[in-house]
Amino acid sequence: MSDYNFAYLDEQTKRMIRRAILKGLAIPGYQVPFASREMPMPYGWGTGGVQVSAAVLTPDDTFKVIDQGADDTTNAVSIRRFFEKTAQVKTTETTRDASVIQTRHRIPEGDLGEDQILVYQVPIPEPLRFLEPSEVETRKMHSLEEYGLMHVKLYEDISQHGAIATAYAYPVKVEGRYVMDPSPIPKFDNPKLEMAAIQLFGAGREQRIYAIPPYTQVVSLDFDDFPFEPTKADHACDLCGATDSYLDELIVDDAGGRMFMCSDTDYCSTRRKAGHVGAQGVPYSEDAA
Amino acid sequence: MTPLLQVEDIAKFYGHRIGCTGVSFDLFPGEVMGIVGESGSGKSTLLNCLAGQLTPDAGAVRFDTRAEGLRDTVTMNEPERRMLGRTDWAFVHQHARDGLRMNVSAGGNVGERLMAIGARHYGDIRAEATDWLDRVEISADRVDDRPTTFSGGMQQRLQIARNLVTGPRLVFMDEPTGGLDVSVQARLLDLLRGLVREMNLSAIIVTHDLAVVRLLADRLMVMKDGYVVETGLTDQVLDDPQHAYTQLLVSSVLQV
Repeated sequence: MSDYNFAYLDEQTKRMIRRAILKGLAIPGYQVPFASREMPMPYGWGTGGVQVSAAVLTPDDTFKVIDQGADDTTNAVSIRRFFEKTAQVKTTETTRDASVIQTRHRIPEGDLGEDQILVYQVPIPEPLRFLEPSEVETRKMHSLEEYGLMHVKLYEDISQHGAIATAYAYPVKVEGRYVMDPSPIPKFDNPKLEMAAIQLFGAGREQRIYAIPPYTQVVSLDFDDFPFEPTKADHACDLCGATDSYLDELIVDDAGGRMFMCSDTDYCSTRRKAGHVGAQGVPYSEDAA
Repeated sequence: MTPLLQVEDIAKFYGHRIGCTGVSFDLFPGEVMGIVGESGSGKSTLLNCLAGQLTPDAGAVRFDTRAEGLRDTVTMNEPERRMLGRTDWAFVHQHARDGLRMNVSAGGNVGERLMAIGARHYGDIRAEATDWLDRVEISADRVDDRPTTFSGGMQQRLQIARNLVTGPRLVFMDEPTGGLDVSVQARLLDLLRGLVREMNLSAIIVTHDLAVVRLLADRLMVMKDGYVVETGLTDQVLDDPQHAYTQLLVSSVLQV
């Protein structure tokens, strides 16, 4: 017996959030304001994502949380425990088994299906924020589709670095209309934003929810002579040998030793279970730390 | 000949106080109109009403749009007015920092209007920006520097480049030489005069500096307390002022 209402939030709050989600799905990429609640965690730890997850979870769901692709970091573990306690839903680390996946800064490597929902934690939902500080003005720019300023940022990147140096939170245009911040996912993940699953974005502190419905066109902004390029470390995973996944770089000693490994832990361990071994990897064993 | 801008009985009130009232004039293509008057005479209010930055309480401002001829910009909807604001119109502020993005490089500042109307080729945008910096006498190696590193005169020239890059037909200028020292003023005026003639621009220049209008303006409008007290050709008004206030204004200019 739990003393919490199912999934922590009260039913009226969840209805309010669901209305915002439905509006967001109806207008892909549009930031819907919602009355964000105080959650039992600090802003910046995923209060927006948690509220969206709470509103979409049902008792039959299986829940997965990843933080930078990993299932076992503090943020992921605490949010997973939070819903284990307040909603008693099943949780999993396997991407394929989850029906709701809450993520911070990554999209899982494997393709998601139509029966899955991906919930993003968003720190700053407004892609124009660092160029135009006024919220009144940015809203007007969205409503009048005045997005020239977004390209000024990309122009500045090229003039300073010789290439578009924005590596994460790379701005996209959704269904030919709204320019959207895909949350701080690496631009490697941008092409995956066109997917079969429903994608919901929650920004708790900024009180905004937005969404990308399944199979929606998502185009990364670029210049004709500097086309968009998804980038990753030019390496293979040292544990599982994958060459197609996004990699984390890990410093392993004081002598300049380092290794690269998949940021998506589930993807990596699944491959290792299947017998793939990378340059510094050892064959997978169930009880290895 | 159709006027480029037709202003009819514009009035703007701040509560009971008059901002400006009863202003009417026609501006023809290639013509430069000067508006002079002392501080608080309503010249900036008038300019902001004309440029769509303030909504006048009465009157009409009709602009000869490329597609549909004369249209009232006061009753026009906002997207159309903002579109005019970044294509056919340009607005040069007195303080360059009001008109520039100070945290964006000079090239980005000039390129912004191009990108706003759909330019998506980096090389072309940069070439155009460099070309315009050259035209306003800023050397090409400053293209990646931020305006914060520029002198006041350079910032003002950069602001002009940024505004003229899309080839506007009408330029609004609010004290373009304010706060600059005389030699820098002279260069800026020389530059402006060249650009206005070369591009066949129409311009409305608000200033309290009679030398500026003498040099740039074809026609002059003298304002006091929100009313237009005298209009006419620049030389005629300055050499033979009729209204008492204009006489005062002309005689107040310090002689060196």
